[in-house]
Amino acid sequence: MSELIAENLHLWRGEQHVLRGICFELARGQCLQIMGANGSGKTTLLRALCGLVPLEEGQVRWRGELVSGSPHGFHTQLGYLGHDNGLKPDLTALENLRFATQLRRRAAGAQIAAALERTGVADCAAQLLRRLSAGQRRRVALARILLTQVPLWVLDEPAANLDPRGQSLVTELLATHVTHGGMAIVATHQPLGLTAPQLVPMALQ
Amino acid sequence: MNAQQERVEMAAAEPQIEGSGLGRAVVGLARRDLRVALRRSGDTLQPLGFFVIVTTLFPLALQPEVSLLRDIAPAALWVGALLASLLALDLLFREDAQDGTLEQLALCGQPLASLVLAKTAVHWLLTGLPLVLVAPLAALALGVPAAALPAVLAALVLGSVTLSLIGAVGAGLTMGMRRNGSLLAMLVLPLVVPVLIFGAQATAHAISGEKVAAPLYLLAAMAVLAVTLAPFAVAAAVRIGLE
Amino acid sequence: MAWVWFHRFGSPPYFYRVARRLTPWFAWPALVLGLAGLVWGLAFTPPEAHQGYGFRIIYVHVPAAWLSLQVYIVMAVCAAVGLIWRMKVAHAVAASCATVGASFTVIALGTGMLWGKPMWGTYWAWDPRLTSELLLLFLYLGYIGLRSGFDDTARADRASAVLAIVGVVDVPIVKYSVDWWNSLHQGSSIIRAGGPAIATPMLIPLLIMILSFTCYFAAVLLVRARGEILRRERNAQWIAEELAAPDAGAGPGGGSGAVAATFRGATAPNSPAGHARI
Repeated sequence: MSELIAENLHLWRGEQHVLRGICFELARGQCLQIMGANGSGKTTLLRALCGLVPLEEGQVRWRGELVSGSPHGFHTQLGYLGHDNGLKPDLTALENLRFATQLRRRAAGAQIAAALERTGVADCAAQLLRRLSAGQRRRVALARILLTQVPLWVLDEPAANLDPRGQSLVTELLATHVTHGGMAIVATHQPLGLTAPQLVPMALQ
Repeated sequence: MNAQQERVEMAAAEPQIEGSGLGRAVVGLARRDLRVALRRSGDTLQPLGFFVIVTTLFPLALQPEVSLLRDIAPAALWVGALLASLLALDLLFREDAQDGTLEQLALCGQPLASLVLAKTAVHWLLTGLPLVLVAPLAALALGVPAAALPAVLAALVLGSVTLSLIGAVGAGLTMGMRRNGSLLAMLVLPLVVPVLIFGAQATAHAISGEKVAAPLYLLAAMAVLAVTLAPFAVAAAVRIGLE
Repeated sequence: MAWVWFHRFGSPPYFYRVARRLTPWFAWPALVLGLAGLVWGLAFTPPEAHQGYGFRIIYVHVPAAWLSLQVYIVMAVCAAVGLIWRMKVAHAVAASCATVGASFTVIALGTGMLWGKPMWGTYWAWDPRLTSELLLLFLYLGYIGLRSGFDDTARADRASAVLAIVGVVDVPIVKYSVDWWNSLHQGSSIIRAGGPAIATPMLIPLLIMILSFTCYFAAVLLVRARGEILRRERNAQWIAEELAAPDAGAGPGGGSGAVAATFRGATAPNSPAGHARI
């Protein structure tokens, strides 16, 4: 039973026809891996699915309903990690995560510590983000995604700036999420360690 | 050990928050913005310095004769306030757009209009309010009698609120563009001319001892209109800027 | 019934063809009424008591000023329609309005200044109408400036739509505040808001000129909107078909064939002509 359905998505960026008739379906326990050369529109597709960029044609349906009709409901079920970490460099990791949970309807408290522990940056919790390395910041961003406790993860190059241990962390997190009935859309070339039917590959030209 | 302690303290101090509705999100956003701004105090103090310098330029460009300065005081104060606000507005969304947090605000499921209203309110607290507090000094330096100051302050408070809100629309639209302050000025200044006219009029009336109720009421009406309608325009502008 | 018409107009090919047919219906009346109004106004109305013949510039000034405001409203309404109903034609029409409106504003300002010299002895006297026109010009320039800041036409459309809507809400407030500001600083009684009251024999040619300017605006808007749609949709299939075999009553086949060839050659992506330009 597909929860996320994309039908015939088209998008132009100025002159370029970036998304040409993208179609896919995603059910619980599946991870869509989007691959493609630089500039093929991976980031644009992810942002369009989230609703950040308007689509010229086509529709996205979440649990049968059009996303464009009720975007707020869709957004509460969705966690987005883009190229930027979505964190303020002038706050500590803890402060950032505390704010991220205040925005959404999720319980906070000791769970923040647990999330930081899981992503391996528990010792950086009280440091300003600008003092951390790029890899550490990315891990804090991953902790943010963990804390959202949403069914759908939309991740754009989640393992960017991460060392090999960090990359295996990403695959572990994805595997756990997907095995427990979550869904993910990931734009990355890195092997995710999942196989069909959990993994749905898609290549963009 | 520090992190360990921090964790223990935090688990003890913070009660389990069951769910956060819009109110909690707005308060959280306001506190976050205040915290960030206080750690980067340079950014928020610059527009203030600009205001002081601009109002100093007027006496330098004319004669330091008090009666003449008193005549131009409304103009100097309000033009200075306008330009300083414009300078500050550039900062409203730019940082958040660059580090990706603005996207997260658009995707969190809370109404974006409320969130940007909170952001603009904090921005006003940090840039508009200090300006209003410094203005009496500039006003006295321009020969404004002390008895006129309350009315001048009231007019500046009301006017700066409207300025911040309309300026926020411009800031949202020009968010992604090259750091070009003049486009923002060109978009916003014609729209805020009424604030300038009534604000300067209120100041002039206060200086000459006439009644200031009429222009103040009009400024208040514009502020109310801005607070109710502008957030939707700002949210639309921010969404377009995020594309 | 009205909705059907509304949505049909929203289709670029339909609008493109209908606009071509409608243009002469506005262009000719504009010319005829304009000539009639000018001749009547300039040659056949008696000279005004105070200003002699100089005031006749109002036959150009007043229609231009009136149109400059109407065009802004039309622009904002079309932009709002384009934003809410996501109608490309509406955005194209709004984009076409901007320069036309700005031109009307410049004409109003120029003729106002020419009128000012004999009337007030100076070219510029901060008359409320002229000051409002100046602010309206800044609003237009801001709109055009904002559009040119975006490379992507669709984004430029949406951003400038938000600006136009905010502007149109603000325009009455600006006009009111400028009038109020001016009324406080009444200098000599010659500088009366709006000038002297207009007697009936002078009113009719004025109305004719306003009508003429309106028809002119409609004609120019249709032509520019067609051009705007042509530019935006130049890669679309229907454009190639349209240019290869235009509807009856169009120009000679050879001419449109050459035009079609030119456009097909110019359909390379990211061509310089693609950047948003008014």
